[in-house]
Amino acid sequence: MTTLTRDAAPSSAPAKRARRWKPSEVRAGYAFLTPWLLGFFLLTAGPMIASLYLAFTDYNLFTDPQWVGFDNFTQLFQDPRFLQSAKVTAIYVLVGTPVKLVAALAVAMLLNMKHRGQGAYRSIFYAPSLIGASVSIAIVWKAMFIDDGIVDTVGQFFGMQAGGWVGNPDMTMPMMILLAVWQFGAPMVIFLAGLKQVPAELYEAASVDGAGPVRKFLRITLPMLSPVIFFNLLLETIAAFQVFSSAFIISGGSGGPAGSTLFYTLYLYIRGFNDFRMGYASAMAWVLVIVVGVITAIFFKTSKSWVHYSGDAR
Amino acid sequence: MTENTIAVEHVGAQHLITEPPVRDTGAAATLRRSARRRKGLKGLGFHAFVLALTVVILYPAVWMFLSAFKPSSDIIGEVNPIPTDWTLDNFTKALSGIGGVSFWTFFGNSLILAVLSVIGIVLSATVSAYAFSRIEFPGRNIWFGLMIGTLLLPFHVVIIPQYIIFNNLGMVNTFWPLLLGKFLASEAFFVFLMVQFMRNLPRELDEAARIDGAGHVRIFRSIMLPLMRPPIITASIFAFIWSWNDFLGPLLYLKKPDLYSLPIALRLYVDQTSVSDYGAQMAMAVLALVPVLLFFIVFQRYIVDGVATQGLKG
Repeated sequence: MTTLTRDAAPSSAPAKRARRWKPSEVRAGYAFLTPWLLGFFLLTAGPMIASLYLAFTDYNLFTDPQWVGFDNFTQLFQDPRFLQSAKVTAIYVLVGTPVKLVAALAVAMLLNMKHRGQGAYRSIFYAPSLIGASVSIAIVWKAMFIDDGIVDTVGQFFGMQAGGWVGNPDMTMPMMILLAVWQFGAPMVIFLAGLKQVPAELYEAASVDGAGPVRKFLRITLPMLSPVIFFNLLLETIAAFQVFSSAFIISGGSGGPAGSTLFYTLYLYIRGFNDFRMGYASAMAWVLVIVVGVITAIFFKTSKSWVHYSGDAR
Repeated sequence: MTENTIAVEHVGAQHLITEPPVRDTGAAATLRRSARRRKGLKGLGFHAFVLALTVVILYPAVWMFLSAFKPSSDIIGEVNPIPTDWTLDNFTKALSGIGGVSFWTFFGNSLILAVLSVIGIVLSATVSAYAFSRIEFPGRNIWFGLMIGTLLLPFHVVIIPQYIIFNNLGMVNTFWPLLLGKFLASEAFFVFLMVQFMRNLPRELDEAARIDGAGHVRIFRSIMLPLMRPPIITASIFAFIWSWNDFLGPLLYLKKPDLYSLPIALRLYVDQTSVSDYGAQMAMAVLALVPVLLFFIVFQRYIVDGVATQGLKG
């Protein structure tokens, strides 16, 4: 309270313009920040600029980069495998993420009811999120969905003739989405924490006014939860664009069958590290950054109309 | 409060209105008893549903664990996870390793990487967070904004230039590329986690110490670090598990079998063993997950609460 100059939180600091920095503080600040600054410039900002340069070159790691202008980008959009990888990833993001989040919200609401054992259920349902991206689980998934595997066996019992999903280009996407949905636990835990913050009085008042469960869900739960929905939607979408290891293991690194698991990052890896077309792969990386950036910007722009901060429900 | 909400949701507004004022007259008691019975039925339905969900969610993991104890021929397509002939042969085979390299070499590599990652992340993230939250210096808000920006940046944009740099430095086939970033706080999640916690520690602590003549190094070491235990534990757990499960990093940089971490060894194992040897694959998949599961069982509270409060991903 007394020392106003040192009390400022990072976000409110620019309030005082005519502040004079204490040299000893400046030195200490930059000394403590040195590891992060080194990491930022050497491992993030520097490499980003380098990859922007490489995106306009032909580079194979062994000879010097050759400037080619926009060639990589024009080639990209005529490359059927690139278009395939963009399509596969888009479907995965557009279908998988909403399904996963709806499942997460539904189960979170279930676990928000007053019953015994909710803590245990919460832990159990979270567990797949911790191991879902591991190589072990990818191997299990492959073994379950292979020809004559258990999914095929159960499917045949119900008269399905799809065969193993792993080898069927029409079924690999549902298989990958199931693997994503299986990991609904992380967003569920976050939803649950959000649900616990919704004041009970709101529901009580709504009940007195004769509101049914659907109305309460639409008018209270969803608006009150909108900041958490926004957070989950943003992070899950960005994460879905970057799915790699499960597709790599299940397809043996090829993105097959028929390019049906050729996720964007897998194709980027193949171009960069199997074909050593580092310029081409850098162009792909920058297209991804731009797409993710635009989507993030759209999320933040539209959020003003549907994300409700503060305690107001309406 | 929550008790009330649940009553409202389960039994309807009528229950809420009748219950509090009325004493134990016959009519009210019957009403309450029938309400309780209805609530009991609801509870039964709830538990039946959530238990069924638990079975579905745990099935892939349980199937993997128990399949590791089956003869290879009994695994694929066998819906019942419980082995009829228990065997440990798969584990003997998995522990013998691949191509002359023992399983324990891979295990040791994974362990070294995970432990050093934890040390690096805890050191660098706490130091950077101290600068961001406790020292006033010019440019701090800009750096903080950039740090938050890297949270949303797709990692793939830097892998190609990073690879080129580490390749030129002769660091391919060493652990350096996998560890350097951890010691330079380039995983913004952890820095953010520490900043969030440190910002909420009372200012008076530093001020009192300053009056006593302590510098930033002393304040950081003797006052902040001891108070930072909760986020340090959360960060350590996630740093360990993420490093342990990491696939892309070791895939890029570790190309000699005696340097392989477990996920890479596991992938080699799947590619090399004959297709029918599912038993050994399952056993190795299980062995690779054991430390993660032990962590989960011991620290599940920290893990799930960490996700709930910090929005960390699994």
